[in-house]
Amino acid sequence: MRRGKRLNATELTGLILTVCMVLLAVMGSIWTPYSPTAMSAAAKFAPPGWLHLFGTDQFGRDIFSRVLCGMRTTVFIALCAVAIGALAGISIGALTGYFGGWADELLMRFNDALTAFPSILLALVFIAVLGFGKYNVILALGVAFIPSFARVSRAEFARHREMTYVKSARLMGASHGRIMFRHILPNTGSVLLPALVIGFNNAVLAEAGMSYLGIGVKAPDVSLGYMLSESQSYMMTAPWYVLCTGLTIVLLILGVSLIGEGLQKRGRA
Amino acid sequence: MRYAAKKLGWMLLTMVIVSFFAFLAFQIIPGDPTAKLLGSDATAESVAALRARLGLDQPFFTRYFDWVYHALRGDFGTSYSYLIPVSSLLAGKLGVTGLLTALAFVIITVVSIPLGLALCTYDRPWLRRLGAAVEQIIMAVPAFFTGILMTLLFGLVLRWFTPGGFVAPEADLARSVGYLFFPALSIALPRIAMTVKMLRSSVSKEMEKDYILTSYSRGNGRRATLYRHVLRNAAVPVVAFFAMTVADIVAGSIVMEQVFAVPGLGRLLLHSIANRDYPVVQAIVVILALWVVLVNGAADLLNQRLDPRLRLM
Repeated sequence: MRRGKRLNATELTGLILTVCMVLLAVMGSIWTPYSPTAMSAAAKFAPPGWLHLFGTDQFGRDIFSRVLCGMRTTVFIALCAVAIGALAGISIGALTGYFGGWADELLMRFNDALTAFPSILLALVFIAVLGFGKYNVILALGVAFIPSFARVSRAEFARHREMTYVKSARLMGASHGRIMFRHILPNTGSVLLPALVIGFNNAVLAEAGMSYLGIGVKAPDVSLGYMLSESQSYMMTAPWYVLCTGLTIVLLILGVSLIGEGLQKRGRA
Repeated sequence: MRYAAKKLGWMLLTMVIVSFFAFLAFQIIPGDPTAKLLGSDATAESVAALRARLGLDQPFFTRYFDWVYHALRGDFGTSYSYLIPVSSLLAGKLGVTGLLTALAFVIITVVSIPLGLALCTYDRPWLRRLGAAVEQIIMAVPAFFTGILMTLLFGLVLRWFTPGGFVAPEADLARSVGYLFFPALSIALPRIAMTVKMLRSSVSKEMEKDYILTSYSRGNGRRATLYRHVLRNAAVPVVAFFAMTVADIVAGSIVMEQVFAVPGLGRLLLHSIANRDYPVVQAIVVILALWVVLVNGAADLLNQRLDPRLRLM
């Protein structure tokens, strides 16, 4: 991880793209050119132009403003979901990987079964139990991500447990907690960091997918996935609606996945 | 043989755990399904009668074992919203989703394996960089956005198919496949990029090993080494990846059925979630779980034949 501090081209491109997208998302929560809910009968389906950067939708709402708001929602949900999944998953993985034993064996068998399922399927089941809405989506995705984080971190902790630096820390009298979080955790960065980045992308994809299906974010909140499902009905009259919304998702995911790819390359080198 | 038996045991245990949680999850939700079924003017007697009829008055474990017992015979109870047996509700949908999954899998295999092998055989730095860039871009496009673009391009502009005009496979298999080709392709595209990437990284990892040098020193060329030695070894992670792909296709088809208005398992699942029709949701979850477990088990057994070292585990 420490080798080669300079960014490679993949990381740099990804970083620039991501910073732009995040800045736009942050801007969306402070200021938008128009109110995302302001309707205007006169400006129905206005094509993209200087007045409306991405055009307007079936109610004459400014699509660019709505995309900014949608991005904010999507990024917020993805960050929270990854935070929940990573915190719980890495803690479980660290404990079971470090201590081992029958609890580890049992939990990991169970985990193997869970990771075999696509996370959007798990999230769907949770949504079925919890109901719709922004916070339920966060919870559902967060819980659905726990198994994969647990699996990755468990493998890392089990690998590091046998290493000499851990044994020497033990001999010096370091406590288990200190070894786990002060000694091993920083060394797992090259594996966990890309996992976090990929997890974020999966969360963006899953949130967009769920909102597209109409079981995610609800009406007052704007979401990119929900906008896509709406735009599908007006594809012929307003193709800019579907294209602008979809391309925003693509750029958001592309930027982050380039960072992830660069980090993985670094881990391998 | 012992390996296969052990594997089978784990698969069975997994199914028991999954079915238990699928059942438990929908028992702990607040709200009584009878309230929804009977409406607001239900009397206490009619609620009690319906609860008895649905078996809701029994203790939890009795109901669980009862449910498993009947599920093993293909009886998943009665749908709350359609009021017909879940099994007959599922019967028609399974074929549609199965066909979509199979089509997507065939497209992925037929495109990604030759493409990946060609890229490995003809390995040039510029091609590697180009390939990596194209892979990243394709993987960044969500499958349902591809699907929407396809309905726009092939459905509305070029009119190669009628969006929403799905034909059931029983009625006309050829036209059904013709319609499902587009959703299958949308599901397949990102997976093709992932598979090619996976295949290339698996091969390049193998190419660094010592036996490659040995093979070269015996006068073998790159191609001969690749096809005679590397591929078999590089196949192990790829097979496991394909098992994951199958599971992902099923998840992808849930979304894609919505994009292309295909009346399959995914649409039924969404409808049932929206209407809190839990017997149907439970049945679909268990069926999908069984499917995932079977595919993973098959992949493990196949890998064990490819790499005998895995038999010791």
